[in-house]
Amino acid sequence: MIEAQGLSKRFDSFLAVDNVSLSVRSGEVMALLGPNGAGKTTTVRMLTSTLRPTSGWARVAGYDVVGQAAQVRRSVGVLTEHHGLYLRMRSEEYLDFFGQLYGLPPAECRARAEALLERFGMREAAGRRLGEYSKGMRQKLALIRAMLHDPPVLLLDEPTSAMDPLSARIVRDAIAALRSEQRAVILCTHNLAEAEQLADHIAVIRRGRLVAQGTPAGLKRQWLGPALVELRTAQPLNGGAAALNDLIKLDSSGANWLRYFADQPEAINPRVLQRLAERQVPVVSLAEVPRSLEDVYLQVVTAADAASGRPPSETAAAPLDLD
Amino acid sequence: MSLSSALIITRREVRDQLRDWRIVVPGAILTLIFPVLMNFTAKQAISFVERHGAPVIGERLIPFLLMVVGFFPISVSLVIALESFVGEKERHSLEPLLSSPLTDAELYVGKMLAAMLPPLAGAYLGIAVYLAGLAITIQWLPTPGLLLQILILTTIQAVVMVSGAVVISAQTTSVRAANLLASFIIIPMALLVQGESLVMFWGRYDVLWWIILGLGTITLVLIRMGVRLFSREELLGRDLDEINLRAAWRTFSLAYAGQGRGQGVLVWYRSEVLPTVKRMAAAIGLLAGALLAAVVVGFGFSARYPLPLPAVEMSDIAANFDANLAQLGFVSAGGAAWVFFTNLRALALATLLGAFSFGVLAVVLLMIPVSLTGYFAGQVALIGLNPAQFFAAFVLPHGVFEITAAVLAGAAILRLGASVIAPPSGKTVGEGWLLALADWAKVSFGLVAPLLLLAAAVEVFVTPVVARLMLGG
Repeated sequence: MIEAQGLSKRFDSFLAVDNVSLSVRSGEVMALLGPNGAGKTTTVRMLTSTLRPTSGWARVAGYDVVGQAAQVRRSVGVLTEHHGLYLRMRSEEYLDFFGQLYGLPPAECRARAEALLERFGMREAAGRRLGEYSKGMRQKLALIRAMLHDPPVLLLDEPTSAMDPLSARIVRDAIAALRSEQRAVILCTHNLAEAEQLADHIAVIRRGRLVAQGTPAGLKRQWLGPALVELRTAQPLNGGAAALNDLIKLDSSGANWLRYFADQPEAINPRVLQRLAERQVPVVSLAEVPRSLEDVYLQVVTAADAASGRPPSETAAAPLDLD
Repeated sequence: MSLSSALIITRREVRDQLRDWRIVVPGAILTLIFPVLMNFTAKQAISFVERHGAPVIGERLIPFLLMVVGFFPISVSLVIALESFVGEKERHSLEPLLSSPLTDAELYVGKMLAAMLPPLAGAYLGIAVYLAGLAITIQWLPTPGLLLQILILTTIQAVVMVSGAVVISAQTTSVRAANLLASFIIIPMALLVQGESLVMFWGRYDVLWWIILGLGTITLVLIRMGVRLFSREELLGRDLDEINLRAAWRTFSLAYAGQGRGQGVLVWYRSEVLPTVKRMAAAIGLLAGALLAAVVVGFGFSARYPLPLPAVEMSDIAANFDANLAQLGFVSAGGAAWVFFTNLRALALATLLGAFSFGVLAVVLLMIPVSLTGYFAGQVALIGLNPAQFFAAFVLPHGVFEITAAVLAGAAILRLGASVIAPPSGKTVGEGWLLALADWAKVSFGLVAPLLLLAAAVEVFVTPVVARLMLGG
């Protein structure tokens, strides 16, 4: 649904995006991560045909972003970084305006607007001027605008950044639903937990280049090493760990717990449990030690800085201040 | 381009304007209260001038105030148009609009109409209020011709201001910068209105049609310029208005020296100057046509404004030819230098004027001396001599070089002016202008200056000899 190859964008002497290739299929969500000014917004703007790539190509919903710009824009729903609503309008009027721009018949536009306002809990505020809306409400309305023409592709820049936890949850659920409706979604977010929760694929952009790309689990394995598994027993192990030596690579252990690395937890863990059962060791729990996407992100960015020979940027000091 | 799509933008913006008291209140004052005030002024002025036996002033004042009543509301359109794109950019509402399927032309036209229609409607209403007041109080009504002129003039003034302001709005990065650049519209418009006032008090209403024609031409140029320059990419990709002199110099010098950099003058002529002349073929044709037209017009004027006979008495000219030239110190190296620098100064002035007028004033300036030549040839014909002989004696020897230089220089200036209206595809206005400037420099230094030098030498040392021979000296 979204495919880009060798996409680059140069502004005079500044290379904003450098040879980015990515692919998002229907029913997938890709989270685009990277520090401020990394090139995410420029990439998204190229995918919406508002910026013309200096080199490379991209197809969105089957249309070329340069040669079929109007069709691309018609097929994409965009939530921009700044929502920039028309504050003297009311939401119905605002959505009607964008419905007309996207060529929606009035009855269909009204029906979709009402359904989306209902879904995002905005029905009651529909009669108020947008200038009276809170930041979160404005963000939700901008998201509704992006979804109004039922586009097969959604490009969402920080969809929950200004929202209270409940609203953010509604929006996250909506994005998850979009995935199941076979839409392709690119999500630029500061919120790594959100990215981990929603994204099938993660792509990290650093100084215009794509420095890491893969599934969250794959990236963790690639950048943080094999999964770390923790085993807890109901009684002291009393040398039980030694009985697992041929199966696991031990990381650390205590009286009634141990941690080990597992390249393939799905294969190793059942055998560990089987061995302990044979030795009649009562197991309380066996679980992967949680590893966050934030750890992966820091590793990726630090490695990218080291490879480029440039000093670490503001990212090291403020690892979560992602754009 | 679909007008119905453009009108979606227009409707939204007009509705938005009508909700903004900062636009509605001044609009209402200028539309409803100001015309009433003008009614009162007209009435008082008429009774005053009639008391002092000068009714003609009153007669001229009423149509003038009609024009003013129409103009004041449309001045609001300038403010609206100036912030049409850049204002939305500052409020961050532009990107969702640019991400929509509207074409550039639909967006552009939609914004233009939105800036123009409400003030124009206000102007028409104001005119109606003013005329209704006059009809009631002093039973005065304009002739249909005058009313039509004022309505067209008001409309075309609004279109010119809006099209210029939208160009500015789409090319700047802040409302502040757009407001500063608005002087380029306000000052010419202020001068125009003063000119129109003079014309109306003078009673030459026919001149207003020429003004309308001129404004119509400017409007077409501005709209073409605006649509051509409008770029989603420029609007979104540029956040700073800065002058990068180093980058500008690099662009210019690369284009000026071109492929033959450091390989000698002959290579430069072959690889840069000659291809530039080929690129200018259309402009050269246009200039040659304009200069030919100037000769014809000059020739035509000679019959309307004949010189007194002694001034064109060829026998007197022939008799005093050498003495007159010697008195001027013409036939000397100093004379040649004077001719050369005079011509050079004229071309420099033409370039300067051309840069501010899309090349138009440069063409006009170059046409003036050529039309004078035609005029004098016409005078010669009037006294029964062969004008071709006059050309051959006084113009042709040095004119071959001088007129060629003028055509080349004029064409380069014309392209320099046109580059602002329509930069090459994929280039910004600045880049396009710098490339055209490099072409102008190549032609000026590579061809025009040497030709003028040659022309000056021939004019001083050869033309007088040929002229004397042909005059029978």
